[in-house]
Amino acid sequence: MLTQMLFRALDKKAMWLVAALVFIAIAIPVANLVIPEGNPLHLPNYMVPLLGKYLNYALLALALDLVWGYCGILSLGHAAFFALGAYAMGMYLMRQIGARGVYANPVLPDFMVFLNYKDLPWFWHGFDLWWFAFLMVLFVPGLLAFAFGWFAFRSRVTGVYLSIITQAMTYALLLAFFRNDLGLGGNNGLTDFKDILGFNVQAATTRAGLFAASALALALAVIICSAIVNSKLGKVMVAVRDAESRTRFLGWRPENVKLFAFVVSAVLAGIAGALYTPQVGIINPGEFDPANSIEAVIWVAVGGRGTLIGPIIGAVLVNAGKSVFTGAFPDFWLYCLGGLFIFVTLFMPKGIVGLFQKLKPRKGKEASSAAEAGEDPSTLPQPKPVPEPAE
Amino acid sequence: MTDKSGTMLYLNGVSVSFDGFKALNHLSIIVHPGEMLAIIGPNGAGKTTMMDIITGKTRPDDGEVYFDGRTDLTKLDEAQIANLGIGRKFQKPTVFESHTIWDNLVLALKRPRSVLAALLYSESAEDKARIEEILDTVRLTARKDELAADLSHGQKQWLEIGMLLAQDPKLLLVDEPVAGMTDAETVETAKLLKQIAKTRSVVVVEHDMSFVRELGTRVTCLAEGSVLAEGSLDQVSANPIVIERYLGR
Repeated sequence: MLTQMLFRALDKKAMWLVAALVFIAIAIPVANLVIPEGNPLHLPNYMVPLLGKYLNYALLALALDLVWGYCGILSLGHAAFFALGAYAMGMYLMRQIGARGVYANPVLPDFMVFLNYKDLPWFWHGFDLWWFAFLMVLFVPGLLAFAFGWFAFRSRVTGVYLSIITQAMTYALLLAFFRNDLGLGGNNGLTDFKDILGFNVQAATTRAGLFAASALALALAVIICSAIVNSKLGKVMVAVRDAESRTRFLGWRPENVKLFAFVVSAVLAGIAGALYTPQVGIINPGEFDPANSIEAVIWVAVGGRGTLIGPIIGAVLVNAGKSVFTGAFPDFWLYCLGGLFIFVTLFMPKGIVGLFQKLKPRKGKEASSAAEAGEDPSTLPQPKPVPEPAE
Repeated sequence: MTDKSGTMLYLNGVSVSFDGFKALNHLSIIVHPGEMLAIIGPNGAGKTTMMDIITGKTRPDDGEVYFDGRTDLTKLDEAQIANLGIGRKFQKPTVFESHTIWDNLVLALKRPRSVLAALLYSESAEDKARIEEILDTVRLTARKDELAADLSHGQKQWLEIGMLLAQDPKLLLVDEPVAGMTDAETVETAKLLKQIAKTRSVVVVEHDMSFVRELGTRVTCLAEGSVLAEGSLDQVSANPIVIERYLGR
């Protein structure tokens, strides 16, 4: 049964995507570490964590696309799951500092010594063990998504109302994490990391390893998402997106379908966050900013929602654009981002991927991909800019 | 009212009001196993509200709604009622437009509805055969790989009837099945519904009198939320109150 699922997951498109990700997981570290400086193919050190960060964002975008593009849940709070995963990793990295901190306390991280903590808060226990921390990376975002989704989907909160409460969720977490007495570093967050799994976080080899891990995590997520969206459950998700009440009258339970997608998505977002922390070197409450979640929605929209490759392309391109623009014209970046979103919504409702599909004639039996294709712009079904509330 | 045992659908004294407007007023209807009932009546008579109550979309303020003589439908939600074996076709054809016709039927096919079962599902030869059979019945075999969005209005109606069949319900509620159909299609639909009614109970709501005549079945005329007249179509349409309140207008 599982082999059958795997077989179904690796349709041609997903296979190419996974192959490409495995390739860059090898090629980028090789270009950085093996190819000598001066060679045009050499990748400078600063580029590795930057590209790794793009891939983490791509994983966040893929996670968001699973719920938005396939299941019609426009979450405007997905960065919260990303940040929770990032904090779980940050806690592990803090515990690895040990006595090397400024205050040289073997147990308490610097900010706790500074804030006169006597003992480690209860929820910090266990984070010195890598396996426990990694489990928490999956568990904490998953649990929050489960609790949130359980109530929201069961009470049939949909459309903009759901989007607003996801936004409220991430904002509430932002405020909570800003507080010093939460015991998570308050305003400053967690930083000054030394080691991950015994390797120096700053070392070029570790960074290359983290990049490879980011690419492989993304490849794994593509396989998981592909297995889900190509299953009958994936078809039910799309049905829920397009006509939720109709699925009820067929005997499906849209709340359970949505809850499943939401939890899987939150866990994937948490993994993305966990890989982000050691590459960026800091995690602070700013990651919970509602604007971050909205930016993630823009990446998905730009790349093309309802496809697996779209959000990945969108996240990488928009963030690469951000890196270039914030360097060249720092004042104009936000205008560019806003303009981009308006442009994409109005003129490219299926994103960059949709643009390519329009150029390519529809193939006979590729019916599922035909869902987002279209042979002729005039016969394209009118796209919905945002999922409207059912009923 | 008579005993509810041995009935497929039993509505007794059902009332519901929306903001003071009585949509249903002590409505009582019985459908027996293997029986077809046609429901006619003017707009606002409560026909669609009645279907909403049977399928769990709306809760009645008062009255009893029983399925199969023993299951109280007022305590269940839409999905539970659908899984009991009540299928519904909507007034406006509602199919999953971004899925192919085949996939629409796969989603409707009576199989476990849990998340895990759906995730691990793979089409068995038996399921394929059943879907092919339904496609043949609703005459969409040639278009099975096309998107449901590309179907004509009448074909969407047929696909929805096909989805009902795939659900394998004991009771079918069919709301205006021939709206937007050509005369030839209407005749075919009547034949199809009569075929279905040989093994299942069917409730058809329809405005098209020639279609109701084609069905040749027991007729109930609703008005202002309760039963105005019952009997054969000839009896009902000869009833002076029915003429005054519905047909004569």
